[in-house]
Amino acid sequence: MTAAETGAGDLLRIEGVTKAYPGVVANSDVSFAIAEGEVHALLGENGAGKSTLVKMIYGLVKPDAGRMIWRGAPFAPSQPSAARASGIAMVFQHFSLFEALNVAENVALGMETPPPMRELAARIRAVSEEYGLPLDPSRMVGDLSAGERQRVEIIRCLLQSPKLLIMDEPTSVLTPQEVEILFQTLRQLRSEGTSILYISHKLEEIRTLCDRATVLRRGKVVGACIPRDSTAREMAEMMVGATLTPPERRATEKGEVALGVSDLSVASPIPFGTSLKAISFTVARGEVLGIAGVAGNGQDELLLALNGELRVAPDRVRIHGKPVGDLGPTDRRRAGLVSAPEERLGHAAAPNMTLTENALLSGAVRQGLTARGFIDWRGTEAFAEKIIESFDVRTPGTHVAARALSGGNLQKFVVGRELLQSPEVIVINQPTWGVDAAAAAAIRQAILDCAAGGAAVVVISQDLDELLEIADSFAALNEGRLTKPRPVQGLTIDEIGLMMGGAHGMEVAHHAG
Amino acid sequence: MLKLEKRPSPSVFWGRATPVLAVALTMMAGSLMFAALGKNPFEAIRTIFWDPLFGEFAWYLRGQLLVKAGPLILIAVGLSLGFRAGIWNIGAEGQYIMGAICGAAVGLAAYPTESWLIFPVMVLAGAFGGWVWAMIPAILKTRFNTNEILVSLMLVYVAETVLAMASTGFLRNPDGAGFPGSRNFSSYPAAANPELIAGTGLHWGGVAALGAVVAAYVLLQRHILGFQIKLAGQAPRAARFAGVSPKRLVVMCLGIAGALAGLAGMFEVTGPAGQISIDFNSNYGFTAIIVAFLGRLNPVGILFAGLLMALTYIGGEMASTNLGLPSAAIQAFQGMLLFFLLACDLLTNFRIVPARKEVR
Repeated sequence: MTAAETGAGDLLRIEGVTKAYPGVVANSDVSFAIAEGEVHALLGENGAGKSTLVKMIYGLVKPDAGRMIWRGAPFAPSQPSAARASGIAMVFQHFSLFEALNVAENVALGMETPPPMRELAARIRAVSEEYGLPLDPSRMVGDLSAGERQRVEIIRCLLQSPKLLIMDEPTSVLTPQEVEILFQTLRQLRSEGTSILYISHKLEEIRTLCDRATVLRRGKVVGACIPRDSTAREMAEMMVGATLTPPERRATEKGEVALGVSDLSVASPIPFGTSLKAISFTVARGEVLGIAGVAGNGQDELLLALNGELRVAPDRVRIHGKPVGDLGPTDRRRAGLVSAPEERLGHAAAPNMTLTENALLSGAVRQGLTARGFIDWRGTEAFAEKIIESFDVRTPGTHVAARALSGGNLQKFVVGRELLQSPEVIVINQPTWGVDAAAAAAIRQAILDCAAGGAAVVVISQDLDELLEIADSFAALNEGRLTKPRPVQGLTIDEIGLMMGGAHGMEVAHHAG
Repeated sequence: MLKLEKRPSPSVFWGRATPVLAVALTMMAGSLMFAALGKNPFEAIRTIFWDPLFGEFAWYLRGQLLVKAGPLILIAVGLSLGFRAGIWNIGAEGQYIMGAICGAAVGLAAYPTESWLIFPVMVLAGAFGGWVWAMIPAILKTRFNTNEILVSLMLVYVAETVLAMASTGFLRNPDGAGFPGSRNFSSYPAAANPELIAGTGLHWGGVAALGAVVAAYVLLQRHILGFQIKLAGQAPRAARFAGVSPKRLVVMCLGIAGALAGLAGMFEVTGPAGQISIDFNSNYGFTAIIVAFLGRLNPVGILFAGLLMALTYIGGEMASTNLGLPSAAIQAFQGMLLFFLLACDLLTNFRIVPARKEVR
């Protein structure tokens, strides 16, 4: 038996931890242990309770029941500073950095007693070189790429020489090349005895990196495994609790061009947004174009320019050859284009309005829900019911406010609302973001069915696996520029990474081997 | 300890019950204030809320109720559409004045011709005057992105100056021996807005207010424009996604509010006020903002809120003459009403629960 199995070398043990929020049990009787010097994966779908669990370890949330044991002694951090003092550090999914300050200043802000700036800069430089994460302490954070910003957060943690490093979905903002750099750093940390709690739902990377995995589903531990010895499929089924079937693809003939974009350049309407620069592509009937890219490279702006919220010169965007660039969302819907923005609550749906009202929001034009300006509420409710039924939206009824739905259910509603309008062109940004695997599979299948029915589809996503699964052709957005679309078949992950901008200006400092 | 917890959906019950609760709390807090001023609180509350309706002089005061409530409701309905869309027209007072001046000017220009056409044309002119005054902040906002709150408010003071000019200059009564003020419409039947049913206080302005309530109700419940107004106020980005043009909405909402305020001014000057005078305006445009919120920006709610507000005005006047309450106390009392209403609003979206002890 190894030390990990007997529990003798455990760094942190979680025993029967339970945490309930009004209406939902986030964690129920969760027990597992992290050994010294291991990379331990916490695996689970969105909403499985991973975030709540790590927040308890990091002192942000107090458990209702159960206990934690840190290096043999009971452990109940009342706040993050207590957890940090014990040797726990955390890199959050969303960075808390000030763009207008430089790297060293940002690091100093997170410290209780920051050393003089010159000394801190020297320490940052030393740590960054030691771990192969080159970073200039005097650079403005606003000028850094997402991957480099993550480095700032990691170095901020490493300066505390933590015993346990918690990483929450660290690769969601990285290109494949950047992921490789990060993994080398994490492996180096492990070899020096630092334990890492690695939270993700990306199975392949867990198989590459992690020593052990604990699987959560609906707040409960449903299994544990050695990722290297399991297949991604086995882990996925453990995570979802159901057998997964990959989406079915029917071979479709490419039809004539349905959506044409030529030399589209437009300034971003979003503060700190990314302008679109000379974007050109065409999508034929029955074709799915997948657009990849690290967040913040113009995805939101591209959707706005395509759905008419951002107007451009008429001939920049064409639907079935007809110029529509100067038309607003209503007229573009009339021309056959539907869209689903990334932000569900507040953009795709009005939080305080009922599902019926939200069905009207984008369905009024193509579903004929108004007559001379007067709303056909009965027809609208029927449309809302149809969405709920066809896309298995779990809700007590159509009278419920959109904000009361879980993220995944609302996403099903929003995507369903668009796909059920017999569209000719579909533009979707992040179709399955925050959606459980079963629902994600259903959404992908529905998109493919629409394409098989002759719709031209543009899927913008940060999930490469998703794009490779459903797209016929592939392009990447990088700082507002779109690469030339290429057929998906025959693309290697390296080529994709380079299309996405390689390591985004980050030098690779790890020595080979 | 208690803590607030967000409701998953807004409570329908509390949405209806908060105005009632707010009125009750206002009465309680008001009683304390009146008692502190050395007055009998029960008598004061009775004088404000009961006597105007059922007291000795109710036969006269009930009529006053509709006279006062009519313009408040008419203006508040218009304002509520903009408020729902997140467009803050604070200058209804100015639009009210300009509507009165335009309506009166058309009538006075026709003096002394007798024709049934004169009054309808004056109605149109009144609405037009308010609309034009509201278009100034609308165009400045859509063209130059100015703040409609500031512009519409400042235009109130411009309108007051125009009013002074009109009553001492271009609309002054030529037979008035040099006194400021226009001819009195009560002596010019073709242009007058008389009481329709004797003793009720109902004039064409009250009819228009009722019509506005019904129209706004239908607009908000059944029409796509009403839906767009609500959507733009609640989720501006979702509204753009739905294809709502924010600029069109600004022009529309300010236009409707301005026209209704102008109508209110026109009906007032030809009816209860009788003439254009320097002190013609009596803060209806500002009070209507309170009425709009008291009625929860809902047309039917505004109908009741307008009546309630008119009641506190009439009762308040009674209380200050009969009981010697200072008028500032009455204003404070009305302020409490708005305060409690906004405070109780919290219950619609939140519930109060006992805070649970966290297990360590």
